[in-house]
Amino acid sequence: MEAASVPATRPAAPGQALRDWVGKYGLIVVLLIMPVAFGISDLLGDEGDLSRLGNNLVDGLSNGAIWALVAIGYTMVYGIVELINFAHGEVFMIGSFVAAGFFTTIGLTEDTGTALLIIGLLITLPVAMIGSGALNTMIERVGYRPLRSAPKLAPLITAVGFSFILQNVGILWRGGSQEGIPDLIRSQHEVFAPFGIQITNGDILAVGVTVPILIAMTTFIGRSRLGKAMRATAQDPEAARLMGINVDTTISLTFLIGGMLAGAAGLIYALYQTTIWYFQGFTAGLVAFTAAVMGGIGNIRGGVLGGLIIGGIQQISDNRIGTEWTPAIVFIYLILIMIFKPSGLLGEETREAG
Amino acid sequence: MSTVAAPKDTAKPKSRSWPPRMPPWAERAFIPVFFILAACLPLVLEKAGTPIHVATLALAYVVMALGLNIIVGFAGLLDLGFVAFFAIGAYTMGWFGSDFFSAVNDGKGIHVLVSDFSENLAGIHLNFVFVAIAAIVFCAIAGMIIGLPTLRLRGDYIAIVTLAFGEIIGRIAVNGDDDIMKLSSWPLVGGLFENWFGPDQTLTAGRQGIAPIDKIYFPGVEPFQLLDKRPWFWVALVLVAIALFVSFRLRDSRLGRAWIALREDEVAAVSMGVPSVKTKLLAYGTGAAFGGLAGAFLGTYLQIVNADQFQFYFSILILGMVILGGLGSIWGVVLGAIVLSLINNWLIPDVLRTLPEKFGQDFDMSQLSFGIYGFLLVMMMILRPQGLLPERRREAEMTHSDEHAEESVFVARG
Repeated sequence: MEAASVPATRPAAPGQALRDWVGKYGLIVVLLIMPVAFGISDLLGDEGDLSRLGNNLVDGLSNGAIWALVAIGYTMVYGIVELINFAHGEVFMIGSFVAAGFFTTIGLTEDTGTALLIIGLLITLPVAMIGSGALNTMIERVGYRPLRSAPKLAPLITAVGFSFILQNVGILWRGGSQEGIPDLIRSQHEVFAPFGIQITNGDILAVGVTVPILIAMTTFIGRSRLGKAMRATAQDPEAARLMGINVDTTISLTFLIGGMLAGAAGLIYALYQTTIWYFQGFTAGLVAFTAAVMGGIGNIRGGVLGGLIIGGIQQISDNRIGTEWTPAIVFIYLILIMIFKPSGLLGEETREAG
Repeated sequence: MSTVAAPKDTAKPKSRSWPPRMPPWAERAFIPVFFILAACLPLVLEKAGTPIHVATLALAYVVMALGLNIIVGFAGLLDLGFVAFFAIGAYTMGWFGSDFFSAVNDGKGIHVLVSDFSENLAGIHLNFVFVAIAAIVFCAIAGMIIGLPTLRLRGDYIAIVTLAFGEIIGRIAVNGDDDIMKLSSWPLVGGLFENWFGPDQTLTAGRQGIAPIDKIYFPGVEPFQLLDKRPWFWVALVLVAIALFVSFRLRDSRLGRAWIALREDEVAAVSMGVPSVKTKLLAYGTGAAFGGLAGAFLGTYLQIVNADQFQFYFSILILGMVILGGLGSIWGVVLGAIVLSLINNWLIPDVLRTLPEKFGQDFDMSQLSFGIYGFLLVMMMILRPQGLLPERRREAEMTHSDEHAEESVFVARG
């Protein structure tokens, strides 16, 4: 079909076919390099089967589910105000802190019975979500709204500023080092292990909480009136305003929802990793941003897809290359995406990336 | 975002008339006054006290900030990974001015114009001037390489890509003592490197750091000592003079106008024949070269090149200097760099150290420095986005909302 759409009168430039191919499939090939290479080396090497790669991918999936929640916040905000909300990672971190603080306060410990634990966590989830959502909305109100007509550099710089302020709040709250919190759900407890692939409590929690939230999210944006307003504002704020949409409220709402998702991600992260610290947000922010760009920024499904892929890449890198190199690997992927396909897997050309 | 009409609470600058416009001769007269005063400063300070140490650091930061100003202020490319050039410059100093490559030349070392003391050490020891030139060249090349993938991108994406590069360089610095980074295990060139540097040579010394670094040495001058910081200060002042000279000349050159044109409106500039790729890469290269120069100086001045120095927050510190002073405004950036480095190196660690105790709190004040810069960035952007000493063109850009810009177009046409 693609070939037919090329006008026959214009001869293709030399190498054009190759360039088209790289543009279309280059990113996918780049993404597949690591799993395929390690899969083959596992099959041919000592392991003889793919269980290690499978384990990596399952862990990656649950981590990726958390990144997906954070990435949606980035992607929604970017879609509507074309701003990289640098402070988003820190909002996620504060979500973790609120969640951990809250469930310790209401007295959940490792010995709490299952029923009570579920009730307790079901209360904690909205608390963390509201905390992060309110924080994100406040940042928008104080830091971004006054600068909406300023050059784009300005809000980006306030975003970096807020990110630093929140990191400091984190330091003052819980100190400057990694802190273990009660392993409420026995995160690493194996539930079952098909084909030698361990599925743990943490994996089930991460996927089990993320999927319903994602479905609710997509439905909300796709079906509801407010969701429609959000999409309209993202497409053309001026026209949306003329159609009677309150643009300011809609933007605030976007930040609120993005923050709430980050708060939910914060709770899951705290339960899954059982350590929290002030710097988790910085890494998470960059990883999630990479995920958002990978999927195509502004595209919610893309954000989810990117989150899952980047989670897998991280786990493979953690397990095979070394934890200390993982951030560098993620950043190399980020740069490769920017080179090969700035519009991402599912995204359309944007002004930024065009 | 430009399409969103200005909301009613848009921050309007309240003090646009300050500072008053100086006639051009005043700026020119200010230069010798500034340098004479600065050169006399060490004479009234203790030889090795905190004040002169802080002042020397401030001058080194001025060079860094002037470099970042070329990228962000002149060319409008938001670079959040400037720390990469500090790292490359400092490591150049570490590699070519310490016993780090101890196996080179069969343990006898290589020496070019160094002090009698360094003459007998193993490793590569070059005179500071050569190291500085090497740092400039390395950083200029690195800057252009980092710039390459951002050429097709705009705005926020540039910020993220440069940030990613900065973090990658930081990671390489931290993990440089890893087995993977052993020079002898590199593909293709590994064998060659093994012959030169021995089998166990790594790229960096990680968190342990490369130390001690050679002190600056000029033939015929008394060797530099840590107990007498005045010569260091004067060297830093010379670097500032070079950076200022280059900045001014570039700003008023064809290249400088091309940078500003690209910053204001890339499409218009390109259609007027400004070569976008070359111009942008030159901005990255020049800015990075300044960073490398300052990095090499800081390497020898601090006497250690440690991977923990190269963190994201350093990039933001330098960016904060540029923004505080005024994007694109050379004297503003000098002022911003001096103010912020005084806050960073003197106010927070020395003066405010006892503050938490007074409030009955138990934390390290330096942990709060992040938050203070963050707060400063936010406040500056909301209250005075054009900076303390704004550049005229930037000021118009930062303080006029889009509505005004369009109005003025109509006025011009009418």
